[in-house]
Amino acid sequence: MVIRTEGLSFNFGDQQVVKSLALQVPEGSIYGFLGPNGAGKTTTIKLLLNLLKVQSGSIHIFEQDIQHNRIHILSQIGSLIEQPAIYLHLSGKENLLNRALLLQVPIKRVDEMLALVQLTNAADKKAGQYSLGMKQRLGIALALLADPKLLILDEPTNGLDPNGIIEVRELLIKLVQKHNKTVFISSHLLAEVERMATHVGIINNGELLFQGSIAELQALSQPLVCIEADNTVDAANLLTRNGFKVTDVTDKYLYVTYVNKEKIAEINSLLHRNGYAIYSIGKQQKDLERLFLDITQNA
Amino acid sequence: MKGFMLSFRSEFYKSRKTLGFWASILLPLLICSLLFIGFFAKSEKLTGTPPMMLWVQFAGAIMGIMGSLLLPMFTIFIAYSVNSIEHKSDTWKSLFSLPISRWSVYGAKFTYAIFLIFLTLALFVLFTIGFGNLLSVVKPDLRFDNYHMEKQLAEIYFKLFLSSLGILSIQFLLSLLWSDFLKPMGIGFVCTITGVILASKNWEYCYLFPYSHPMVAITTMMRHGDKRITEIQIDVFTKDVFVSLAVGVVVFIVGYFIVLKKSVK
Repeated sequence: MVIRTEGLSFNFGDQQVVKSLALQVPEGSIYGFLGPNGAGKTTTIKLLLNLLKVQSGSIHIFEQDIQHNRIHILSQIGSLIEQPAIYLHLSGKENLLNRALLLQVPIKRVDEMLALVQLTNAADKKAGQYSLGMKQRLGIALALLADPKLLILDEPTNGLDPNGIIEVRELLIKLVQKHNKTVFISSHLLAEVERMATHVGIINNGELLFQGSIAELQALSQPLVCIEADNTVDAANLLTRNGFKVTDVTDKYLYVTYVNKEKIAEINSLLHRNGYAIYSIGKQQKDLERLFLDITQNA
Repeated sequence: MKGFMLSFRSEFYKSRKTLGFWASILLPLLICSLLFIGFFAKSEKLTGTPPMMLWVQFAGAIMGIMGSLLLPMFTIFIAYSVNSIEHKSDTWKSLFSLPISRWSVYGAKFTYAIFLIFLTLALFVLFTIGFGNLLSVVKPDLRFDNYHMEKQLAEIYFKLFLSSLGILSIQFLLSLLWSDFLKPMGIGFVCTITGVILASKNWEYCYLFPYSHPMVAITTMMRHGDKRITEIQIDVFTKDVFVSLAVGVVVFIVGYFIVLKKSVK
């Protein structure tokens, strides 16, 4: 495991914002750390980076305790927390040069990073004049500068336009697949994480509600049979009387738990025989968005 | 030590385009130039003044305001400016998530603030001597060249430098903990005024109050008991200077432990 926490808890005064967290981030994964705003994601990340002191529990990164090996661990991490931390009175390039000086990275790496995040043309412009997306990209360049083994990114696509989001996503996938990095990325958007993550942790009110591979998360979502019919309420009653499990009814649609395709044919013929008009019928995967909401709201 | 040196160089790199850095160079240049112009314009009145008295008037004009207001306020400003770079850009979190010890980051920042104060005061010495000698060239009636007080000037400004370290350490900590300008500035201003009042009333314990130190430094610099004024003797290490140094060291160490415990928001 690249990141392993045990019983990690944190309080701000009386309020417990992280509750007994047990994260398991495997090497070579893109770990999507999901949760609504205020769930405790940023606090967790600050704990991982030792910006906040661990109050109870433990954090091991690269199998070493962060409390005792802070500098050694931090030398292998690149991070981006909330809004990118950029010196606004310096140009984009100077920001990178300053960081290169501190981390003793060769100067040529600065130009490589500028090219990678497509800021070469704006390199000499003051960072204060950058758009939000450009700042975010510079923040990512700063995180990648020292070629770290682990990237910890807090909402890195905030403020990016759709093109920017795709670029960041492809960059992260490439880093993991070709350069064997591990990426820990937080987000409140499931759809975004779903497109790149190999592993997912879902946090709400400081508690970890789900953790596993993306396939395990998808397995949790049961498929449904979606039926578009004329009189959905009566049709639902009919189906219930015949032993089908109706999960939801709207004006136009009713949903029945999927069992197998023969059962779909059975539903079809049953409704048809009883005089209901069927406009469409088919299997539907319950989308993860809804699952995510279910998990975070029913907790 | 390597982390400290890297952090120190980074402090210079970051600040070299800020007002904080340039103020350290421009302030002495501006004040000494103004004084030069003043002496140049009034040179007729000063013709015939003994060279030593010329120097005393020339250098003394700066020192009066330096001790009472300029040095404390400048120290407060420098302490603020080195910390505000991080507050403004919200970069404390990235600074403390680098593989550099907190001690190096904190120590380098503090040392850089000391360096800026030292730089300013050193330039005051340099410009005072330079402009004084320039006056004797452009106005040969003013015999600045017939007396030398480089050593004494250096001693006086070194004493002033040491006397500012107590204020610097306190203001540095306040500016580090508070991101807004008004709190450290307001506290510093009130304390400076209090310090000046205490020192000017010759309160017997004002050597214990850091904000009085620059003013006290000016009043204690002349070595007493020697009636002949043919030679100016400077007393650098008076008890107020020792108190200033002690406050500086203690607050610096306390500040380090606060930084160590502090959560980075």
